[in-house]
Amino acid sequence: MEVGILAYGGYIPQSRLQRSEIAKAHTWFNPGLKGLAKGERAMANWDEDSVTMAVEAARDCLNGYDREAISAVYLASTTFPFQDRQNAGIVADALSLKSNLQAMDFSSSQRAGSAGLSLALQVAKGGGDPVLFTTAEKRETRAASPLEMTSGDGAAAFLVGQGKVIARLVGSHTEAVDFVDHFRGEGADYDYTWEERWVRDEGYLKIVPAAIGALLEETGTDPASISTFCFPVAARSVAGMIAKKIGLPEASVADNLQANCGETGTAHSMVMLAHALEGAKPGDKILVASFGQGSDALLFEVTDEINNLSPRMGVSGYLERRHAETNYNKFLAFHNLINLERGIRAETDKKTGLTTLYRNKDMAQRMIGGECSQCGTAQFPKSNMCVNENCGAVGTQDDYPFADRIARVNSFTADRLTYSPDPPAYYGMIQFEEGGRLMSDFTDIAPDAEVEVGMSMRMTFRVKDYDDKRGFRRYFWKATPVDAPANASKQGE
Amino acid sequence: MASGIKDKVAILGMGCSRFGERWNDNAEDLMIEAFVEALEDAGIEKSQIEAAWFGTAIEEEHVGKSAVPLSMALRLPNIPVTRVENYCASGSEAFRGAVYAVASGAADIALALGVEKLKDTGYGGLPQRNRGSVNDMFWANASAPGSFAQLASAYSAKHGVSKEDMKKAMAHISVKSHDNGSRNPKAHLRNKINEDKVMNAPMIAEPLGLFDCCGVSDGSACAIVTTPEIARSLGKKDLITVKALQLAASNGTEAQHNSWDGSHFVTTRAAANRAYKEAGITKPRDQISMFEVHDCFSITELVTMEDLFISDEGKAVNDIMNGFYDADGTIPCQIDGGLKCFGHPIGASGLRMIYEMYLQMQGRAGERQRTEEPTLGMTHNLGGFPHQNVCALTIVGKEGV
Repeated sequence: MEVGILAYGGYIPQSRLQRSEIAKAHTWFNPGLKGLAKGERAMANWDEDSVTMAVEAARDCLNGYDREAISAVYLASTTFPFQDRQNAGIVADALSLKSNLQAMDFSSSQRAGSAGLSLALQVAKGGGDPVLFTTAEKRETRAASPLEMTSGDGAAAFLVGQGKVIARLVGSHTEAVDFVDHFRGEGADYDYTWEERWVRDEGYLKIVPAAIGALLEETGTDPASISTFCFPVAARSVAGMIAKKIGLPEASVADNLQANCGETGTAHSMVMLAHALEGAKPGDKILVASFGQGSDALLFEVTDEINNLSPRMGVSGYLERRHAETNYNKFLAFHNLINLERGIRAETDKKTGLTTLYRNKDMAQRMIGGECSQCGTAQFPKSNMCVNENCGAVGTQDDYPFADRIARVNSFTADRLTYSPDPPAYYGMIQFEEGGRLMSDFTDIAPDAEVEVGMSMRMTFRVKDYDDKRGFRRYFWKATPVDAPANASKQGE
Repeated sequence: MASGIKDKVAILGMGCSRFGERWNDNAEDLMIEAFVEALEDAGIEKSQIEAAWFGTAIEEEHVGKSAVPLSMALRLPNIPVTRVENYCASGSEAFRGAVYAVASGAADIALALGVEKLKDTGYGGLPQRNRGSVNDMFWANASAPGSFAQLASAYSAKHGVSKEDMKKAMAHISVKSHDNGSRNPKAHLRNKINEDKVMNAPMIAEPLGLFDCCGVSDGSACAIVTTPEIARSLGKKDLITVKALQLAASNGTEAQHNSWDGSHFVTTRAAANRAYKEAGITKPRDQISMFEVHDCFSITELVTMEDLFISDEGKAVNDIMNGFYDADGTIPCQIDGGLKCFGHPIGASGLRMIYEMYLQMQGRAGERQRTEEPTLGMTHNLGGFPHQNVCALTIVGKEGV
């Protein structure tokens, strides 16, 4: 049976930092940055990390799919929030997946994204049940580094398996070469990089063509038949050189999203693949390759099933959901690149009892509330005594998921007193259309956004608090304005 | 039906410290200041006090837990002392304890004292703090002003009152409280302000600006209560007695059930109905001669005057703008400056409200004394947030009214 991609999803954070603002701050020191000062880069909110972005991409991907069938969840990133706590497990929990599944993190290379997808396809081919593969990156970079300019934050997700695949895996090939163009050693916060010309000539232009060449040969594919070539490299000319070397059509070189997103680290080959699938037609051949201590090359052929895929935001939808951020200082503050005076209010200890967390995990990470089996009232959090004053039944609450429900704002404020990494802190009472309510934090309220009583909100999985003292962070769901339906792209439109 | 508290307990003496930034005083110093005044006013010896209730809320910022800090500060002779905490209504809670002790016959004379020392945090406003290990996992990152500010958005939406009209009425409330506070020597804030200043102040939590928020203060207030018979036997005349004591606590309806619209206090309405019944009041707007309400924020006062059934629903703005609640209006509200200007040392506030009633009804309120002595007054002491709170109402008045 054929294996391939059943569905895809993307996620790009709403804020886009204008590169001209970064250049403005740093060209006195490094005039070379001026050459990179075009366009914008995706900038994660303070409450986003690789786990939360992967969750959003996965939700986009799973739109319309039976989550019960998923047999494994993988997360690839080099920027995991936890070194020792399975990050894919948090993603699985936030998606309310069953516990009898294989969860696994892939890391340590800019090739982790493509390697993870490759492995997920192999597992799905052998096991039969669909595998959810997610990848996300929120790369930490030094101020005034070229990487700060060219990087962006984002995520992609793929449901892979057998059956109604939208893109059939034609083949894959991996070259593993310990070519160290950059590294981030134990305890280091930032990458250490080597000369770009050497990386291009000895790395990109030798190792990647070897992997792709082998793949095309193994699959008997004519290079000229490739419709889209996804290769993540900030300097687009490099992808062009590779294409030329192998004989791929010039027009097949895919947009590297450098202008409006930036390179999303190890996730970027996958973000580009998700982006390519959005516009793909049956019969298209999509070649995706990566670079990082070797190279992965995967070849897909798009099937007729792509026309039946349900609407989703995709990378393009999220790219359209955009706020142009012109305040580079905010980026510096979010990444602790400046020592901001946060005030005494910021000192409050955010310790989480691990027993408390585990006992309340369904509430906090899955946003599961209760529904009274006697009166039908939905409530959050779940309680052993119904909140309906005319009911009050004991022990009648069934699990009731809130995470994917739409709510409306009952009351709200923009608070400049309470400590928030991004003041003012927006929050308010939100009321779910099918019942249930919550005094909820809001997130991704753009500075020019108008919050109003009655407006529709959706829930999004975010970091609730950082416990810097212990290196922990806790997650919860926050309300964010429902995106205009126009932003959801339907395949083929 | 319970017979209620009406006229079963009289106030024997009261005291209140100066509220404000008491940089050089510990909580114990404030307690002693209030207690000495009350003891002198009562005209009794400390040894005659048979039980005490101690109200304080954010004890981690000052005295720590238990009733021991009160007993030690006042050197009480090993009598029963109970510490109570019920958010910002802790002072009223202490008063309830002492009054019920006397009414039950458990004590002839009982003490209620509230204190809070809030100016040791290093910043303005209430302390940023955790809310409980489970609550912290899902509660919004809310401050007090941000929680109360939401009354305004819900109220505007429900009653179709424009943001501008709301802001003007709220400004009138704050200007009035500053006028009143300027005549109160014990008040924290004694400066007069005008409506422009309120409207143009820095935003704290939309739509509440700086002057829509009460002062956070150090201070203490206390009451000594006994039976009317004992009060008379001690030579007291024209007694001020307790007419009603009611408390209503949220049960999750506002926070978790969609029946609440966010524009009013469910608890205040429930407690008010019970309090009027207990005091035998049928027409509160005609019968009550003064109010001290929990004006932690201007919007709270606006909404509360409807929840106490004084202004018609959706019409408080009119009464406020017409001066109905001004010091020389029909029913003065916050004639002492309120939380806004007298100040808000949490555990002391409920008792401070009763203190003002007690002074006004005895004609002892000095420069801010109402020309016609009030006879029946209601205090409204609210703790928590609009969506989950405790509301303590106390009605006191002249004996026989």
